[in-house]
Amino acid sequence: MIRVRFSALAVAAVALVLASATAVLAQNDAEQPNPPRQSWSFSGMFGIYDKAQLQRGFQVYKEVCSTCHALSIPFRTLTEPDGPGFSEDQIRTLAATYQITNAEPNEKGEIFKRAGTPADIIPRPEAYPNDQAAAATLGKAPPDMALLAKALKFERGFPWFILDGLPGLEYQEMGADVIHGILTGYTKADDPQWNLYYPGHRIAMPQPITDGAVDYKDGTKPTLDNYSKDVAAFLSWAAEPSLPERKRVGMRVLIFLILFAVLLYYVKKRIWASAH
Amino acid sequence: MSGPSTYVPKSAIGRWFESRLPLGGLVHSSFIAYPVPRNLNYMWTFGAILSFMLVAQIVTGVVLAMHFIPSSTQAFASVDNIMRNVNYGWLIRYLHSNGASLFFFACYIHMARALYYGSFKPPRELLWIIGVIIYVLMMATAFFGYVLPWGGMSFAGATVITNLTSAIPVVGNTIAHWLWGGFAVGGPTLTRFFALHYLVPFIIAAFVGLHVWALHVGGQNNPDGVEVKDVQRDTVAFTPYATIKDGFGLSVFLILYCWLVFYIPNYLLDADNSVPANPLVTPSHVVPEWYLLPFYAMLRAIPNKLWGVIILLAAIVVLAFIPWLDRSPVKSAKYRPSYRFFFWIFIAICIGLGYLGSQEPTEGLAIIARILTFGYFAFFLIIMPVLSFTEKTKPIPTSIADAVLTRTKTAVAAAE
Repeated sequence: MIRVRFSALAVAAVALVLASATAVLAQNDAEQPNPPRQSWSFSGMFGIYDKAQLQRGFQVYKEVCSTCHALSIPFRTLTEPDGPGFSEDQIRTLAATYQITNAEPNEKGEIFKRAGTPADIIPRPEAYPNDQAAAATLGKAPPDMALLAKALKFERGFPWFILDGLPGLEYQEMGADVIHGILTGYTKADDPQWNLYYPGHRIAMPQPITDGAVDYKDGTKPTLDNYSKDVAAFLSWAAEPSLPERKRVGMRVLIFLILFAVLLYYVKKRIWASAH
Repeated sequence: MSGPSTYVPKSAIGRWFESRLPLGGLVHSSFIAYPVPRNLNYMWTFGAILSFMLVAQIVTGVVLAMHFIPSSTQAFASVDNIMRNVNYGWLIRYLHSNGASLFFFACYIHMARALYYGSFKPPRELLWIIGVIIYVLMMATAFFGYVLPWGGMSFAGATVITNLTSAIPVVGNTIAHWLWGGFAVGGPTLTRFFALHYLVPFIIAAFVGLHVWALHVGGQNNPDGVEVKDVQRDTVAFTPYATIKDGFGLSVFLILYCWLVFYIPNYLLDADNSVPANPLVTPSHVVPEWYLLPFYAMLRAIPNKLWGVIILLAAIVVLAFIPWLDRSPVKSAKYRPSYRFFFWIFIAICIGLGYLGSQEPTEGLAIIARILTFGYFAFFLIIMPVLSFTEKTKPIPTSIADAVLTRTKTAVAAAE
């Protein structure tokens, strides 16, 4: 018994040491707050994207963000039923408004531009053909938004980094929360580069969007909070277009495996009965 | 356990084949008639799970390799192409990246099982050493593979680990440049890492073959640490007993795999790897994948570069010497209360080191890391040899059959 108590004590000692280490690290929270957790339609085991929200989010991207930020996804993905679900005609028209440099030169050997097609990738903002040009004008190159929602995470500390992976408690939408946080985090009116949630509070991008900047056609209120939510959801889709299909297939696989495991368990018990 | 096969094929074609290439006999004597101790618990199913994961990684890896482009200008985009455009590319990619994590998870449980039950003791020393070799090859494969997507963390990780070679006195820098194919990590590094990442898993497969062969010569260890004395009383045939038990263990493991791949596929992904590699931008927190964190913590704990590398290598090499460090005649920790106590401390140390590896190295944490590193080595170099001679062990059962029977008797008595 003493042995058990002793080993429990030793494990508790190691745990205490680590807990005090976490306490030291947690003190930083006050200076660098984490963006508040929003509720998203695509969170949890059964959550999928809201088509109307994605379409509004694309509108926000196109009218506001695309001035500086690239979004390197193919036009045709905007017609995906699991995603924004625009019609093929809408996207064909949209793509045709862009001038894309053709990959191959023409018969005369000249590099030429042509109207875009749905198969093309959405081109970079014309003013910034590459990162260096963007950084020269804007101070820092605006990141490509195709995977932005996956590239933004923050430390949650113990025990959340364990709990965030458990069924029912999973937290996969950090990117969306960070995007929403940054867009609504310009809390100092006198300092355009100050952002509450950006690491170090200094962000190269001044507030890109305010109330009423984008005209919503479906009646949603044109507030900063809605714009931020919609564009964050849209960018989450852009980074993870397979999410709805992944969860659909996952549910079938999970159910199959659970049933299969239960069956195997009873077969195993049956077989091993003869060994006893 | 080894000897001429008792397999006689039922069909004429079977007999024709068998007399020319006795594959059937090999499968029969290794996985059907092969005797397995009857008291094995579920900790023994991880060998089968690991074999499955190796095949899964190779299959998903080969399919990924059909679409991946190992060039520094196209690697990141080719992975994005796999995720967006290739049919079920997202699934294959997530299976492969999460499969690597689960491969290590199963491997660590497999190794912990060996340490707890003394599966490295005579006559299984070579089996253990082959296992250590497989572990090292796995770490190399995982390292090469992590560099391939050419994200920010891929680049940083490649830089950190390949820079370790420059710690070698005199020839260090030359070796580093030779590894890089240049003066820093770059395109040539990526391309050669791709070649190696494709190659090493097949070397692992060869060593797994040797591992299973070495295992079958001596037979499995078992939770009571008592060798098989009477094949009739102590063992059961592999098929159907071990086959179905491994199958059930595998199906539970697959549920975990499925949860990871379909519901939290980016849980273990570092956000900085979703940003293309930029030699001019270092991620704010450079950390390897979770399964390499304890070694990373040890490396950072030592203030001197060369000694940090030596400690890192020593932490892995010391594993190979365990059969000679732990000489206790009692195999299983079930009957070794002192060893069991220190074993769980060791597990806590490994988890503690892993956690420290994920954090920023402040002065306070570095001191804790040094203490834990000392504890890690102390377990192998001090505790194991000392306990071999001074430990008061519990009496071990006379045979496997007796161990099983006493347990069922106590269970029946308790139920009454």
